[in-house]
Amino acid sequence: MNIEIEKYNNYQVIKLYGEVDLSNSRSIKLDIIKLIKSKNNIIVDFTHLQYIDSSGMASLVEAFNEAKENDTEFHIVGANGSPLQVLQLTRLNTVFNLADSVEVVGNNG
Amino acid sequence: MVKPIITVEHLFAQYGDTQVLKDVNLEVNTGEILVVMGGSGSGKSTLLNHMLGLKTPTSGTIMIDDVNIFNAKNKQLRNLRKKMGVAFQGGALLSSLNVADNVRLPLEHNTSLDTQTIDIMVRMKLEVMNMADTGHLMPSELSGGMLKRAGLARAVIMDPKLLFFDEPSAGLDPTTAVELDELILTLRDAMNMTIVVVTHELESVFKIADRVVVLFGGEVVANGTVDDIKNSPDERIHNMINRQPNTHRDDGEVYFNRLLNKDKD
Ligand SMILES: Nc1ncnc2c1ncn2[C@@H]1O[C@H](COP(=O)(O)OP(=O)(O)OP(=O)(O)O)[C@@H](O)[C@H]1O
Ligand SMILES: [Mg+2]
Repeated sequence: MNIEIEKYNNYQVIKLYGEVDLSNSRSIKLDIIKLIKSKNNIIVDFTHLQYIDSSGMASLVEAFNEAKENDTEFHIVGANGSPLQVLQLTRLNTVFNLADSVEVVGNNG
Repeated sequence: MVKPIITVEHLFAQYGDTQVLKDVNLEVNTGEILVVMGGSGSGKSTLLNHMLGLKTPTSGTIMIDDVNIFNAKNKQLRNLRKKMGVAFQGGALLSSLNVADNVRLPLEHNTSLDTQTIDIMVRMKLEVMNMADTGHLMPSELSGGMLKRAGLARAVIMDPKLLFFDEPSAGLDPTTAVELDELILTLRDAMNMTIVVVTHELESVFKIADRVVVLFGGEVVANGTVDDIKNSPDERIHNMINRQPNTHRDDGEVYFNRLLNKDKD
């Protein structure tokens, strides 16, 4: 698992690489929530994410809730493969704001 | 070639003097749904209990994820168990805990996730099992189908890579049974699980199996695709599929000797 954070226009983009699971989902959540608490708009980039388990998905739900409470934006982009199937299986695709790419969100924000 | 995640080799098991498994050999490949099928008393549950490490065989080995489960260190076994989920027949929920608390047990025991994360994971899994808003119910308040789905929610709460499911659709009405089969297929596809199902329900076997192992009197008498099984020339399998009683009986002399308790030879 590797995580990169970079700025794109009005957004902080969190790029997830590899696998999100029990061993790292909590620390990723804390990283994202910290950014939200300082009023950043968030894009979580799934493009290079190979696997995310339900602790990872639950952590993102918590981050999304934090964003709502702070009146900031929270997007997930580039979901494909297994993570996309997990989003559909858990029906979280109806919960999150999903988009194809960082550019699609970042250039319209 | 896909690498097997489970390899059973020359497994023999007995209760007292009775041989229950006789030289069972099989492999489960990563990502497949293997169905172990056979009549009542053919040894299905015994085989499952050995794969779970709940029983020790007379001889033979079972490798799971490169671990020989009959002589592994405790730590190895504990790590392996975290990757395995089991849905027992009847759900096997604790009757003193409500559904949500039953489902969250493995997370409480094995992780240090935040309470809110665990709460969300439990509700997510109940949603997947079509059991939204049932977390507060006690097991005694559930129907048979709901019990199985709650048991399944608990079995997959840790996102295991290997899921064992004993008789998923037995005793359910046809619609509920089909729903459960769909769920098994979805879990495999979306979560990349490898799934071992033990059942004698033919509809279920034909719907979900990538491969079928047929047990008869503790022996593997067939191992192949659903089509292989359907087209098997073996009379015993043919009878099983066509719901015929087993007509392959001892001849009269053997029966006569048995009636008089005479030594055979
Ligand atoms: N604890 C036990 N003590 C003695 N014999 C047992 C025990 N458990 C199972 N057996 C015997 O082992 C054989 C296989 O039993 P097993 O439970 O594995 O069959 P099964 O294929 O799961 O049957 P079913 O479809 O009825 O569940 C049967 O002949 C059974 O009587
Ligand atoms: Mg059984």
